[in-house]
Order: sequence, then structure tokens, then C-alpha cells
Amino acid sequence: MKILVCISHVPDTTSKINFTNNNEDFDTNGVQFVINPYDEFCLTRAMWFKEKQGATVTVVNVGEANTEPTLRKALAIGADDAIRVNVNPTDGFLVAKELTAIVKDGGYDVVLAGKESADYNGQMVPGMLASLTDFNFVNGCVGLEIEGNQVTAVREIDGGNETLATNLPIVIGGQKGIVEEKDLRIPNMRGIMMARKKPLQVVEPTGSEAKTAAQSFEKPAPKGAVKLVDADNLDELINLLHNEAKVI
Amino acid sequence: MSVLVFADSTDGKFKKTAFEVVSYGKKVAEQLGSNLVVLTINASDASQLYTYGAEKVLNITNDNLTTFNAKGYALAIKQAAEATDANVVIVDSSTDGLYVGPLVAVALEAGYASNVVAAPSSTAPFTVKRKAFSNKAFANTTISTENKVIGVAKNSFGIHENPVSGTSENFEAHISDADLGVKSEKIDKVTGKVTIADADIVVSAGRGLKGPENWGMIEELADVLGAATACSKPVSDLGWRPHSEHVGQTGKPVASNLYIAIGISGAIQHLAGINASKVKVVINTDPEAPFFKAADYGVVGDAFEVVPKLIEKLKAFKAS
Ligand SMILES: Cc1cc2nc3c(=O)[nH]c(=O)nc-3n(C[C@H](O)[C@H](O)[C@H](O)COP(=O)(O)OP(=O)(O)OC[C@H]3O[C@@H](n4cnc5c(N)ncnc54)[C@H](O)[C@@H]3O)c2cc1C
Repeated sequence: MKILVCISHVPDTTSKINFTNNNEDFDTNGVQFVINPYDEFCLTRAMWFKEKQGATVTVVNVGEANTEPTLRKALAIGADDAIRVNVNPTDGFLVAKELTAIVKDGGYDVVLAGKESADYNGQMVPGMLASLTDFNFVNGCVGLEIEGNQVTAVREIDGGNETLATNLPIVIGGQKGIVEEKDLRIPNMRGIMMARKKPLQVVEPTGSEAKTAAQSFEKPAPKGAVKLVDADNLDELINLLHNEAKVI
Repeated sequence: MSVLVFADSTDGKFKKTAFEVVSYGKKVAEQLGSNLVVLTINASDASQLYTYGAEKVLNITNDNLTTFNAKGYALAIKQAAEATDANVVIVDSSTDGLYVGPLVAVALEAGYASNVVAAPSSTAPFTVKRKAFSNKAFANTTISTENKVIGVAKNSFGIHENPVSGTSENFEAHISDADLGVKSEKIDKVTGKVTIADADIVVSAGRGLKGPENWGMIEELADVLGAATACSKPVSDLGWRPHSEHVGQTGKPVASNLYIAIGISGAIQHLAGINASKVKVVINTDPEAPFFKAADYGVVGDAFEVVPKLIEKLKAFKAS
């Protein structure tokens, strides 16, 4: 089984989000970049397939040279090799198009990607990639088993879960549950040493065009101070929620 | 040219988001001077949509689409878009909406913006505001392609009445078994309970509750308010509550009118999932808990004393 895991390079979850250049660019000053948390779950699931069922695991990122440390971290966790498509990932469609070329070239059976990235939260790339490659697709995946050509996947729905049956080849949009958080792999020293020697191939983009562009950013309007209500005066809270906020 | 809105339903009944996307579609159609067409799949009463401005409703009745299927739905939406010459397609940004949206975008070679929170600020260039950076910011995004797909975030545009005398007609979608890609084997759903996605009010509790045995009062409070229950991440990690209740950056997003957080510290990752809620109430023993900075109303106090009292007072309020 050939598995491709898509790795997005995103600001760490505690990062302060600021913008520069007239709010046109994200301010990366002091921001630490990490493997997108949703992708980490997928990568760990891929390692499980590799160890238990036999598979090769390639990680891929569409991004410029600054994302290489993130790819090296994925190699340290255990991926066999890495590919970087050398282009600034400004739009989901562009990323999906570039990944399509990689998938077709590499003959992968399974593509695992986090259901969304923690920066643009588009939830676009896995679905677009599945459509462009004509692979089957399960989004919001919280459980995945593969036997031969048969895939059983569980996805989260509002108020529960749905079990789906399908075949390879497949694209999965994964999230927590595809593995549990306690099972996430952390790179150890040996992994880090080995990662340095693993192949990281840089390929040039096919030249696909973006269909959308973020022109500017804004932050939510600052909030007024909290109104504190005395714990012995809960009637006041009910009054505020009913008459002022009008939510009950 | 027309604007096509997909109004989603479950078991024939429209979801609340259906009325919001139709309201949104009406606005966009006005901005563009185009017709508004609304597509429904196996829905029972299309006339409900006339209230929100749907002059023309296309109804698909198709046995292959009795349960949600992303590929099947995408194909149906594509066929309807082609038949009505629609160049703007609007869906919601629910779990299912976000599953189907990208597939529709590829089928129509359209630029796609999901989690959109407001009507287009301009139609040339076509610019919408969408959530980004886990709700910590918004991105003003232009879509440069002729065809466009927009996913509207829940509770962002609102439901607006705009009554028209609409008409509805059947639309035949050509979808074979082979087009579906995946087959639904089993659906496990907590029935008879309000889900986080549908709820106007969410009552959420964190590690401050000390253990799963203390959730009775949280459920009772939710019952009194007709609310859904939710929790912070450590609570679901510890197995006190199911994962489906975990809200936050790595859990579910909440965009309710009222969010009550009990014994939750208000870590940045938790806040990322609830920023879109309109009114936030915090109950916490620690006056320094970061949640007080994000909240509209707060009570500094012990949940084990405050919550039972609040339940009694709310019962009296509801009865009055
Ligand atoms: C990558 C990453 C992703 C994450 N994603 C999420 C996410 O999606 N959602 C999420 O929730 N967290 C997430 N977290 C975890 C987050 O950082 C916090 O650890 C978590 O939100 C804390 O949960 P808590 O407030 O329930 O618990 P605690 O931090 O333990 O806080 C408990 C609170 O309860 C109060 N309290 C104690 N006793 C009482 C009482 N008797 N009455 C009233 N109040 C009381 C305390 O004062 C305290 O404020 C993530 C973390 C990381 C690193």
C-alpha cells in the first residue's frame, strides 16, 4: 500500500494572530510553525498502517523552502520520504491541483489529509483533491480500516457517527479520532537523526492558477468588558439574558 | 444568469441553515440582479422557502439520495446549476456542507470560499469575508472565476423574511449507484437530543466539574433551556463525555446565540471554537480565569452552588 500524507505548515495554536502591510499579510514575527494538528492525526494513522499492515508513507507539502523543518519533523515521526512542491500555497484549489499531479505521478492508493488547516480553515483541499483524482472520499473521518481493496471509514455527523464502506483508491479528510491524541507520535532522537538522511525531494509546480485570493485580513472588533453578576443575585443574570441580550 | 442555493433537509424537514442560506442567496441575487433558484433534495414542503425569498424551487426526489452522499449531492447540485445557468452556488458550512462544497467547486471549475460570514462586500471583484486562523481573524477573499461557490457559516448572516409567491417544480437528477462512491452502512445518532450544530443555546462544562458523575446538573440546566450540552477537550479526553461534545479548535465549532461555560478556563484553543457564539456567559471560581476576558456576562462562584440555584431560578422564570 502506498500512502501519501499531506502536511500543512501552520502557526502553533497559541500564536497571536497579527497582520502587516496594511492588513494584507499575516505577520509571521515570533510565530512558531508546526505540523497542522489534523494532519498529525493522519500521519500517526499512516504509521500504524505501515507497521501493522505494511505500507510506504510519503509526506508532501505545497509550500516554499521555509516549510522544510515541518516536513523533516514528519520524517522524524517515521515517514519514509518527503516531497515539497515549491510554490506559495495561496488558495485551496491551487494546492489541490499541485497535489493531484503528485498523486498521479506516485500511484498512491491512500491519501490522508487533515480535514482542514488551522490557518485558513477552508476544508477544501481533501475534497478538491478527491474530485480531481476521481478517488473516493470520506471527510471528517474518525475511524479508518483498510483490508485489501476494501475501506471502512467512520465519519462524524451532527449528533453522532456514520459508518461508510468504499474502495481504494481513497482520499481521507481526517481529524482527532482517526487515532486518539494519546497515541500521537512524537519524534525521538533516533527519528530526528534518521530524518536528516531521508530523501526530501523538491519539485517545481505545474503552474496551476489560484481561483481565490485573500486580499486583506481583519480581526474581530474588540469586546467590551465582562459584566459580572453576584453569585447571590442570579435573578439579575436572568434579567440581563432576557432583557438586554435577548437570548432567553 | 442565476444564483442557485442548496437548501438542505433531513428526513424531509429543512435544517435551520436552509432558511439562512436562502436569505443569503436572496441578498446575493439582488446584488447581482439575477434570479434566485433554490434546490431541495427529498424535502417535503418547499413552500416554507417562499417566506425567505425563494421564487423558484427545484425539487429532486431520488432514492439514491435518501441519506446524505457527498458525491451524489454534488452531482445533483452541478446538474441543477447547469440547467438553471447558475454561476453562483450557495451551500451552508455544516459538516455536510463542507463535505459537498469542494466537490461542487471542482465540478463547476469554480472558486470556493467556505465559512463566509457576510454578504459580498463587492460583486466586481466578487469579495466575501470568511473566517480564518481558527476564528481569530477574517479574510476578505476575492473569487476570480466566473463560477463561484460560497459556503455560508451558520448564524452569521441570519434568517431574513422576504415573502414571495413562489413556485416549485420537480427536477430530475441523473445519479447512478456507481456515482455515489461510498455507501452508508450505519448511522449512530443520539436521537431526541438537541445537537451542538442545531442548538441556539449550548451549555458547556470543563474540568472544573471534577468528574462525570457531576454532569446531571449540566444536563438539567440544558433541559430547562432547550440547549445542547458540550464540554472542553480534557473532559472528552478523560472519557467523562463523548468526543462529539468536545468543542474548540480541535473539536466542534459552536455558533450559538448563547454559550454558557461552566468550570472552563478559557484556553485559546477552546475560545477558537466558540468565538462565533453571540453571547457568552462564564461561571468559574477563579476570577482570573481567561474566559472572563472573552465573556459578556460572568459569575465568579462555585459551579456546585451556582448551577443548581440557576436551574431553580430559570424554572421559575420559564413558568412565569
Ligand atoms: C493543539 C491543541 C489543541 C487544543 N484544542 C482544544 C479544543 O479544541 N478544545 C478545548 O477545550 N481545549 C483544547 N485544547 C486544550 C486547552 O489548551 C485547555 O487545556 C483546555 O481547554 C482546558 O480545559 P478546561 O478549561 O476544562 O480545564 P482546566 O484548564 O483544568 O480549567 C478548569 C477551570 O475550572 C475552574 N473550576 C474549578 N473548579 C470549579 C468549580 N467548582 N466551579 C467553577 N469553576 C471551577 C477552574 O478555575 C478552571 O478555570 C487544546 C490544546 C492544544 C495544545
